Amino acid sequence: MTLLTVEDLTVTFPGRRGSVNAIENVSLSVEPGEILGMVGESGAGKSMTGAAIIGLIEPPGHIAGGRITLEGERIDTLPPEAMRRIRGRRIGAIFQDPLTSLNPVLTVGEQLIETIQTHLGLSRAAARERAIDWLRRVGIPAPEARIDTYPHQYSGGMRQRVVIALALCAEPRLVIADEPTTALDVSVQAQIIALLRRLARETGVAVILVTHDMGVIAETADRVAVMYAGRIVEVGPVARVLANPRHPYTEGLMASIPRIGPRPDRLAQIEGAMPRPHARPPGCAFAPRCPHRFAPCVERRPELRGTAAAAVACHLTTEVPA
Amino acid sequence: MLGFLIRRIIQSIFVMLAVALIAFMMFRFMGDPVNSMVAETATTEEREAVRERLGLDQPLWVQYGRFVARAAQGDFGLSWRNARPVSTLLAERFPATAELVLVAAGLSLLVGIPLGILTALKPGSLSAQTLQFVSLIGISLPTFVTGILLILVFSVWLNWLPSFGRGTVVDIGWWSTGFLTVSGLKALILPSVMLCLFQLTLIMRLVRAEMMEVLRTDYIKFARARGLPNRSIHFRHALKNTLIPVITIFGLQLGGLIAFAIITETVFQWPGMGALFIQAVSFGDVPVMAAYLVLVSLIFVVINTSVDLLYAVLDPRLRADAARAAH
Repeated sequence: MTLLTVEDLTVTFPGRRGSVNAIENVSLSVEPGEILGMVGESGAGKSMTGAAIIGLIEPPGHIAGGRITLEGERIDTLPPEAMRRIRGRRIGAIFQDPLTSLNPVLTVGEQLIETIQTHLGLSRAAARERAIDWLRRVGIPAPEARIDTYPHQYSGGMRQRVVIALALCAEPRLVIADEPTTALDVSVQAQIIALLRRLARETGVAVILVTHDMGVIAETADRVAVMYAGRIVEVGPVARVLANPRHPYTEGLMASIPRIGPRPDRLAQIEGAMPRPHARPPGCAFAPRCPHRFAPCVERRPELRGTAAAAVACHLTTEVPA
Repeated sequence: MLGFLIRRIIQSIFVMLAVALIAFMMFRFMGDPVNSMVAETATTEEREAVRERLGLDQPLWVQYGRFVARAAQGDFGLSWRNARPVSTLLAERFPATAELVLVAAGLSLLVGIPLGILTALKPGSLSAQTLQFVSLIGISLPTFVTGILLILVFSVWLNWLPSFGRGTVVDIGWWSTGFLTVSGLKALILPSVMLCLFQLTLIMRLVRAEMMEVLRTDYIKFARARGLPNRSIHFRHALKNTLIPVITIFGLQLGGLIAFAIITETVFQWPGMGALFIQAVSFGDVPVMAAYLVLVSLIFVVINTSVDLLYAVLDPRLRADAARAAH
């Protein structure tokens, strides 16, 4: 059974100048054990999609349409207390900045043990055993001693390992990793990504990996969803999307990754900027920047077409046979 | 930690020496003490004899040294007004002020912190907005006005509580306490409410502001994302981080409570150190004023040092810094 299905999800923020849709008609699915990468530039709606799935959209933002289904059960309409029981236990989350994600006045052990006890109902001693075990699994040396120390006594990379342990310690089926390596040194980034991939394989947890780093996606993900201006514009297997992008935006994104070799005169970039949420054009949001723009692009918004595994939202692929 | 403590104690000694210097200088502002001790007809020789007997002919720093040495042993000389040792006078009055300040401080914490949490967790609710409004009144009304209003309502109109004095007190050794009798406890209510009102509103508003700040941090969001119950997020994860700045302000304000107690003691004719000090000022009783100054400063210094030590208990990051600094 599909682990997670998101259908037609729209998140709205009411404001003084009318309400604004942070994400619009987002549909995606995650299979058990799969790593789904989500890329896009800042403000494209990647993190907002993650926040909507885990039920932690900052008020006054709210889900205005669509549905989210976890293992066959609809979760977007659950009361807060029921949703709380799902968070941590069935859907975990890894945050961006390990320096600020851990509570400075509680020991690493206290934070782990509390999370384990909340969801698994173990005795304190058993929860402590499990916490030590998790610290070992995420690669913290001498976990028996380190468990009673405070977050400030860990380095940034070690803290992110603790964050990962905290996200996985109640054995969720899905974990949403929101830019898990952005705040880390490049050398540490590779370690954290390798750890995440190894744990996903060992535990069978599915991962939604939110990032703007195509390199991380290429190395880690099975499938990738590309977001632009609050919508998914292309979904597909990583190898295919990287080698043969179908949406002009994805194409531009791939072309803008600098490659090792002869140095070009200037770095490739997509001209223009992503429209702000309250100023999206009526047609395709990418149309003003698109080199292949033609008549229907400014008139109608292209639907995401194709199978759940591979789809693209572009008039080029539907109107003009490839 | 030990090194930190030793450094703080050495700093405190210098602070106390400076305060003692100011207290010592007070005696000289009042003019030549010999004038008030000898008869108006005394000859120059008689004056010099008195001066020599009192050690006033010696250099200033020797006199200061002797003052400090005696003060360190609790000897501030005799009160000029009723010719009794100043230390005895203060010891008699100290319990009344201490009990008043203790109750006021306790009230401000026990009521202020929960109210602050309540208003932070439900910022839009009617009760939170009412509390915010009432706290504005509490913070802006002068305490002597609230004191007189309290007397008017609870003593004059309702006749529930006494308007002055400590009620019946019980002596335990040299300490006289009002905690053990009903009339003593009833007498404590109005003065301590008046004294704590400003602190209470200050603490409530501070806790509210800090708590709202903490609730926006990443570690609280991450705690929510792990599905921890709200009770634990609010009281285990957020409250401890909230209390660090609250303790700083409370420590500073505790000294303020002792200072404000002068007004409260005057309004309620409370027989404490503040009332003693006001009398001393009106009679120009310098030894009492000097001793009060030194004693209050000592209390300030002790409180602030304790607050610094308390940080380390609450914030593990400071514990490590202090340990490193000690090496």
